[in-house]
Amino acid sequence: MKIAVCLKQVPSTDTRIKIGADGKHIDPAGVTFVTNPYDEFALEEAIRLKEAKGGEVVVFSVGGAGAVAALRNALAVGGDAAVLLKTDADPDSLAVARLLAAEIEGKGFDLVLCGKQAVDDDAAQVGPMLAEILDLPCATVVVKLELGEGKARATREIEGGVEVLELPLPAVVATQKGLNEPRYASLKGIMAAKKKLVEEKPVTPPAAAVEIVSLALPAARQAGKIVGEGAAAVPELVRLLREEAKVL
Amino acid sequence: MSVLVFVEARDGQIKSTSLEAVSEARRLADQGSLGEVCAVIPGSKVEGAAGLGAYGADRAWTVDDELVAHYQPESYVACVAEAVKKAGANLILFPASAMGRDLAPRVAARLGAGLASDCTALDWQGGALVATRPVYAGKAISTVKIAGSPALASLRPRAFAATERRPGASCAVEPLGITLDPARARVRTVEVGAGEGGRVDLTEAEVIVSGGRGLRGPEHFHLIEELAEALGGTVGASRAVVDAGWRPHAEQVGQTGKTVSPKLYVAVGISGAIQHLAGMSSARCIVAINKDPEAPIFKIADYGIVGDAFEVVPALTEALKGLKVGS
Repeated sequence: MKIAVCLKQVPSTDTRIKIGADGKHIDPAGVTFVTNPYDEFALEEAIRLKEAKGGEVVVFSVGGAGAVAALRNALAVGGDAAVLLKTDADPDSLAVARLLAAEIEGKGFDLVLCGKQAVDDDAAQVGPMLAEILDLPCATVVVKLELGEGKARATREIEGGVEVLELPLPAVVATQKGLNEPRYASLKGIMAAKKKLVEEKPVTPPAAAVEIVSLALPAARQAGKIVGEGAAAVPELVRLLREEAKVL
Repeated sequence: MSVLVFVEARDGQIKSTSLEAVSEARRLADQGSLGEVCAVIPGSKVEGAAGLGAYGADRAWTVDDELVAHYQPESYVACVAEAVKKAGANLILFPASAMGRDLAPRVAARLGAGLASDCTALDWQGGALVATRPVYAGKAISTVKIAGSPALASLRPRAFAATERRPGASCAVEPLGITLDPARARVRTVEVGAGEGGRVDLTEAEVIVSGGRGLRGPEHFHLIEELAEALGGTVGASRAVVDAGWRPHAEQVGQTGKTVSPKLYVAVGISGAIQHLAGMSSARCIVAINKDPEAPIFKIADYGIVGDAFEVVPALTEALKGLKVGS
């Protein structure tokens, strides 16, 4: 089985955001970049499927030179090949989906996996867009995936519950936390990955339909008051919630 | 010129998040002289379509077909695309619900149009959509512009008010007149499972009570559940306790979990890691209960009690029993 995994390099979730000089992006100084956490579930699932059924895992990313690190890590945990669609431009989700689709199309992939969203722009668009462009069925926010003969059974999170979907392969599946526990790269894997090549293909993204106007920090929340200590403070808290905050 | 709203129905009932989208569509249509507000409602035997008129819709198109009785991505995309054509829509709004978040990107890709996801404010300026949307789970706020037509946006649940802009009005309801191709409907829903206890989802909850490591073990989460019950709220959890396997991921609040903005958020035994604060800082009122007076959660909480959760939470639950959460 041939599996494509799409991943993005993003600031780690413990990043304290500072606005960059252009007022549109973050200041990258001192920021640690990692593989998007949701994409790690996609990668892990792909590796597990390969281990169970045999086949090949090819990892794709759209980004600048920095994204090579994320792809190299994907090779170290078991990816067979990696392709960087290299651009320093700032493509929007549709442009990214178009670039990935053009690269993935016609190569005989049975499954395309990606995270349900990236934790930087929180757009959650690339997976379903990729499916639409490639004319494939798609399941998003997937917490359980089982593959049968020519089809997949995917459990997807919805408000207050789950839906179980059946879809024929090839398909696009966008992964959610809970699907699996991603592994760390072993020393052996890291050494083996050094022998593999990250293929770099320069690309020119289509014009962005969504233009970033500005990026700002949210209004800082003011610290409120310490009502008191221990259970003795409860009556006063209830009074404040009713009379001051008016939320009870 | 018009604004089209994708209206979500589950089990024949129109969801409140779609009423929020219709109200906002009306406001934008009036502001930007965008003409009519049209709604498309795939779903079997949907009730209350004419009632969308009260929220500002001029017409509603229904698709009463077994293929769309439950959410079916390909068929729903076809319905929205057909409605876009019929309406000549310049702006298309979706609720950023589980369904809307799955559907909107597919429609955007079909139309080759820009989509601003999970917006908290919208504006129509000089023929372009200007959208405000939290990024980095709320650690920053991005303003984006879509100048092309149509422009698409999905609306974060509860960020927009469902306002009866034309009280008592009803709108014209007609069939969309689309013939759906069963062969195109490749994704099939085989089972729908309710969440535990059929509780309100975190993203829709008015009140959330979240627990963290301070609870010392999964066996003590009944304290959180009982407090949530007394408040008519939903249970949440910190990443630490989800990663430890104490609670299901569906309850995780914060980056790599859910971003929430309830009226009242009670954080119990949660120190307030940056990932957690990102996901709940837009709550209207935050209460923190933590035994460490230096915990970062107190820096953003409106009210704090320094103390042991095992002592404070049962006392609070007891004090709240019988009180109803008003609006």
